[in-house]
Amino acid sequence: MITLIALVAGLLFGGGLLLSGMVDPQRVLGFLDVAGHWNPALALTMGGAVAVAAPAFFYVRRHGRTLLGTSVTLPDRFRIDASLLGGSAIFGLGWGLSGICPGPGLLLLTGGSSQSLVFVAGMVAGFYALAAVRRRPRTVAADPPAT
Amino acid sequence: MTPELLHSLLGGLLIGGGAAVLIVLDGQIAGISGIFSKVIRGEVGQTGWRIAFLIGLVAPAALLGLPGLQFSLGLPGLALAGLLVGFGTGLGSGCTSGHGVCGIANLSPRSLLATLSFMGVAIVVVFLVRHGGLL
Repeated sequence: MITLIALVAGLLFGGGLLLSGMVDPQRVLGFLDVAGHWNPALALTMGGAVAVAAPAFFYVRRHGRTLLGTSVTLPDRFRIDASLLGGSAIFGLGWGLSGICPGPGLLLLTGGSSQSLVFVAGMVAGFYALAAVRRRPRTVAADPPAT
Repeated sequence: MTPELLHSLLGGLLIGGGAAVLIVLDGQIAGISGIFSKVIRGEVGQTGWRIAFLIGLVAPAALLGLPGLQFSLGLPGLALAGLLVGFGTGLGSGCTSGHGVCGIANLSPRSLLATLSFMGVAIVVVFLVRHGGLL
């Protein structure tokens, strides 16, 4: 049941990315180009998405469980640190250069273009690079250099 | 309302609907960078719903086809951008979907600041590229 619901949620989300134009890098860059020929259409996408999702989050936040009765702990809403802001800034750099964020990146893969493959491969390399960076201090602590 | 605006709005309502269904029935956040990285890196547990979500996510594009579109960068640029997107969303714990849609819908100051950070930087980058002669 959980899996079937996730499939339906994915279908809605992916259909929305396709219909809205979020999947088109040029459209996204046009939305980010506030000083040029600004195309504000995607503001409606974000606003519409937030407006529909907000009541669902309100319900879960208030009741601490889903409509099916499973208890839910939502992510921390207030912890603001350098990782959050720095990581988001690095993401913004990649997004501003390419006009592609992770969801649309995966949708683009379905076209089978070498561009989409290279972008998603880069993204996966980024996940592993972060994991490697995060692992390093612990490795050093576990294996002090030989004297 | 032009067809483009209508499609953008309807697409947004669908995206929000997907996020709403996932949180209110499954108790999960529709954060695509997190879901995808956990599947790719083989994080143990909860793989089933994550894979189902990802299959659903790409199915409409796979079945209906992508619109004609144009990439802004060559392959090396796209590889670098992808690397920055993967590393940055991992470090910042979310992307446009997790922070920008779900986090803001959850009235999270943390996600609002993350969204301002990545949108602000992206706007500056687009400005430098298109109006400042960068690249």
